[in-house]
Amino acid sequence: MLELKNIRKSFHNGRESVIAVDDVSLEIRQGEIHGLVGESGCGKSTLSRIIMQLLLPDSGRVILGGTQLSALPRRRIRQHRLDFQMVFQDPYASLNPRLTVFSTLAEALQQRHPQLKSTALRLRVGELLETVGLSQRLMQRYPHEFSGGQRQRIAIARALAPDPRIIIADEPVSALDVSIQSQILNLLRHLQSDLGLTMLFISHDLAVVRYLADRIAVMHRGKIIERGDAEEVFNHPRETYTRQLLAAVPILPAAASQI
Amino acid sequence: MPSLLDIRDLKVHFHTRDGVVKAVDGVSLKVEAGEIAGIVGESGSGKSVTAYSLLGLIPMPPGRIEGGRALFQGTDLLRLGERELNTYRGRKISMIFQDPMTSLNPYLRVSTQLVEPLAIHEKLRGKPALHRAIGALEQVGIENAAARIHEYPHEFSGGMRQRVMIAMALITKPDLLIADEPTTALDVTVQKQVLDVIRKLQRETGTAVIFITHDLAVVHEMCDTVSVLYAGRVVESAPASDLIRHPLHAYTRGLYRSNPSAHAKGEDLYTIPGLPPDLSRLPCGCAFRPRNTLGDASLCLTDRPPELIEASPGHFVQNCPGCLAVHPSTAHA
Repeated sequence: MLELKNIRKSFHNGRESVIAVDDVSLEIRQGEIHGLVGESGCGKSTLSRIIMQLLLPDSGRVILGGTQLSALPRRRIRQHRLDFQMVFQDPYASLNPRLTVFSTLAEALQQRHPQLKSTALRLRVGELLETVGLSQRLMQRYPHEFSGGQRQRIAIARALAPDPRIIIADEPVSALDVSIQSQILNLLRHLQSDLGLTMLFISHDLAVVRYLADRIAVMHRGKIIERGDAEEVFNHPRETYTRQLLAAVPILPAAASQI
Repeated sequence: MPSLLDIRDLKVHFHTRDGVVKAVDGVSLKVEAGEIAGIVGESGSGKSVTAYSLLGLIPMPPGRIEGGRALFQGTDLLRLGERELNTYRGRKISMIFQDPMTSLNPYLRVSTQLVEPLAIHEKLRGKPALHRAIGALEQVGIENAAARIHEYPHEFSGGMRQRVMIAMALITKPDLLIADEPTTALDVTVQKQVLDVIRKLQRETGTAVIFITHDLAVVHEMCDTVSVLYAGRVVESAPASDLIRHPLHAYTRGLYRSNPSAHAKGEDLYTIPGLPPDLSRLPCGCAFRPRNTLGDASLCLTDRPPELIEASPGHFVQNCPGCLAVHPSTAHA
């Protein structure tokens, strides 16, 4: 589905240079949620920008469904951008506060389907809202009228609108309260099973990734240091760094009584 | 011995155009010297407002302290004027916030900001003050502190900035540190480091800590006691280990069960349905009733707010039959 081959990217600042992504290869299968775990500064956001075609890698290839994107002329790359959609950490910052939910979603839909107008458009926006668990009656509202969790649902609806082939979710639940976080995680899991969604789920929280992802890749200092089946990586980490990541997650002990 | 801090029946309301928002509506909690007391709840549950009102940080108007007492070493903080409060702020009671970048001045070197509390509260200036500041940075685990102290906040990473904040908050050796979600914006590994620093310093200096968070797992790692806030009231409070092993109130149980680490893969996470109530239109009975799916909502009080009772020694919970009930479908957990 999506393949990254030997991606390298470094940044230069005067005489210093930083290798942000160092020979990363990754393969995401159709319909899977692939977790990418690592700390701030490990290169995971640079990698996601390269997948999104917002940054050009120094070397390496991005292959989407057989097409090698990195070989395409810039104009063609733009067309492919609709195939990738992102969901960001902060739904407050990623939604335009001056657009109603309808306008936000209509704009995203028309990128792919410019012919979609009036009733058909309204119908499709309504469907999208229902898909992410919001009532269609809310479509004339503005982002500030929603809670954080609802805004993240709108951001997910916007990502779904242009029928992307893959969604890149960059820390989509890190800024949310635990109770809201669980609602969004459930939603993502249901979207995967109902729509066959393919997703790269980026997070620093291994417990959350373990719960959601089918497979996990652990990134450290620009390199993928460990990868495999989610349960396997979580229960039997091979690398010291993965173990450190796991040890840092605060764990709730089992409750003694029936709750 | 009296508690270091004894908050009794605190009521803080905000008078807005849309009505009276009862952000804190009768909160009582105690903090003993040298302990870490957790306050847990969702956004809007009143946990920050409770803490801010101690230091007179509630904007008035629209805020108003409608009642209650906050006895700190025997003095009611709520009755102090601005000048008297200034002898407490940053000296006997310090505070750290979620986002260190908004509470550090980006234009000033870290050194300038670290020695400021010393000049204000201890009249300590110049070399001796700088030495104390360097020592404070070393204590929070910043390497090469003597050189780094002359840098600006942006030259520090997120976790390091939070360490600088902790150093600044503790440099005057306060009796109480209020930590308002200090690690929520941080990576898990950095979070662990910052939590370790807070706990280490708390042990070394004997400072008591009010630790505000929405994460029960963090409470388990950090706190001695914990109060769970919902809709401006305490719904449950107990020693932390007791509360986590035997959560009684349906809301606490819901918080527990929404944690991904309490779930097998592929199993739906429990979610507390709906949203926290509108604090300007609180029902007169149990505020959690519309979201109560782990108990039996039909038994929730509707005529009066439930009172706190002591269910077992030291373990207090709101006496609402509906929220204390265990729903049959959840009994496997």
